[in-house]
Amino acid sequence: MIDIVNAIRERWQDAVLETREFRDETTVVLSAESILDVAGYLKESGFTFLVDLCGVDLGVGEDPRFQVVYLVRNMDTTEQLRLVVNLGAENPEVATVSSVWPTANWHEREAYDMFGIRFRNHPYLKRLYLAPDFPGHPLRKDYPVEGYEE
Amino acid sequence: MAEMLGVVQEVQDSKRMVLNMGPQHPSTHGVLRVILELDGETVLNAEPVVGYLHRGIEKLAEDRTYHQVIPLPDRMDYLAPLSNNLAYVLAVEKLFGIEPPERAKVIRVMLTELTRIGSHLIWLGTHAMDIGAATVFLYTFREREVTYELLEMVAGVRMHQSYFRIGGLRQDLPEGFLDRLKAFIDVFPKKMEEYEGLLTNNKIWRERTEGVGVLSAEDAIALGVTGPVLRGSGVKWDIRKAYPYSGYDEYDFDVPVGENGDIFSRYLVRLEEMRQSREIIKQAIERLPEGPINALPGKMNFPDIDEVRGDNRNIEALIHQFKLVIEGMRPPKGEVYHSVEAPKGELGFYIVSDGSPNPFRLRIRVPSLHNLAALPLMSRGHKIADMVSIIGSIDIVLGEVDK
Repeated sequence: MIDIVNAIRERWQDAVLETREFRDETTVVLSAESILDVAGYLKESGFTFLVDLCGVDLGVGEDPRFQVVYLVRNMDTTEQLRLVVNLGAENPEVATVSSVWPTANWHEREAYDMFGIRFRNHPYLKRLYLAPDFPGHPLRKDYPVEGYEE
Repeated sequence: MAEMLGVVQEVQDSKRMVLNMGPQHPSTHGVLRVILELDGETVLNAEPVVGYLHRGIEKLAEDRTYHQVIPLPDRMDYLAPLSNNLAYVLAVEKLFGIEPPERAKVIRVMLTELTRIGSHLIWLGTHAMDIGAATVFLYTFREREVTYELLEMVAGVRMHQSYFRIGGLRQDLPEGFLDRLKAFIDVFPKKMEEYEGLLTNNKIWRERTEGVGVLSAEDAIALGVTGPVLRGSGVKWDIRKAYPYSGYDEYDFDVPVGENGDIFSRYLVRLEEMRQSREIIKQAIERLPEGPINALPGKMNFPDIDEVRGDNRNIEALIHQFKLVIEGMRPPKGEVYHSVEAPKGELGFYIVSDGSPNPFRLRIRVPSLHNLAALPLMSRGHKIADMVSIIGSIDIVLGEVDK
């Protein structure tokens, strides 16, 4: 696991901002600009399966506020690696990885739907679950769990 | 990319027609809407539109303690509730670093495999009925009724058992349960012969399922497809073998793989999985050890119910229970991902914890969403009637797709 992370560090000096391990899982925090290159490299290195892609809202007033989390898997070696990209609160945007892993297409739509994170060059960035005219992005921390709309 | 996932544009063309299938439809297995682009009866493109059963489980979970979340995942894949229950509980146990005792692990495997049989029985019944073989539906529901009765014996509930808890189980198996379970699995092979006898060598079944809805292994991996759909396309991948949990590495079972990636291959894979599940249950009954069913109580898990309000009542246990229920448990900060091989595919929970009693972010990776995303690829060039068989063969549950 550490090999692939070191390999990424060597090729893109500024890409890897932090690595951590918890419960035998490796998480790598990448810079938002590097995600597309790193994704392509990982896919060539055997990480052909994108298990999950989701958004996380760290809270109102936090900086960075949003995260996009990718979990990739190498089916031959059963290795798994988590990539995290941090985004700011205003206009959170990151490149789409659906050209590398088509799985990402619907997940990125869901992240847009729930958090308002935009994905550059996504072929069809429309809401996945909610009605097209739904106001707001429900999984944001400032969206209440229940209540009436004024 | 858009072609791979099927996006139907409005066309003003005398040859192409855009029709809606669903969300109100007897054969879409729930509230699924598929926008079909047709040339006569041939499907040019099919775009699934989901979200009609979206209940905001991920949002609700942020407002509840880890224990209070337990009933929510049960209601996602409502045809295999214990499977979702297990996935969530295992993820939380990984976060906390708790390991349940041996007896709890074996009972979990036993009941999860029973749930897998039940889920595949519903799949078989509804799938066959959609294609026209209505008798199979009645036969499989007869068996599924027995699984409902068995689970009711254990948990008191036919569906949504919430029987697995953090650190172990809600309560131990009742008297007579193992005998009834043994009776069920003794009879089961004969029942399977009945289903197979009606379908496998049936010319109509073969014509309608062979060569229809083909998904190549490469496309399946690219789209994140897992479970029997992936295995039907020839990829031998099962979470129980790749990342064993709950003691699955100690059981002897095969992972069936299909050859052609069509509906018939997926049918054969699921039938064989039912047989393998029966094998696993048999082994689980034989190796069921005596012992506690809950990890030792500590800051993280509930005391023995006997000590709270049973024969060994004491005030410390009562206070412990009260604090845990009202305040919740505090896990370490961090993030974990844990997945199980649910009957539909890989069901995973990604939990981000900030040390508070509520999950900061509960993300659910549902298999049916990915499997459904492969629908456009599988259905292009086929007829409308095949749409129904293809949707049935993917085995989706909208409760899971929409969360």
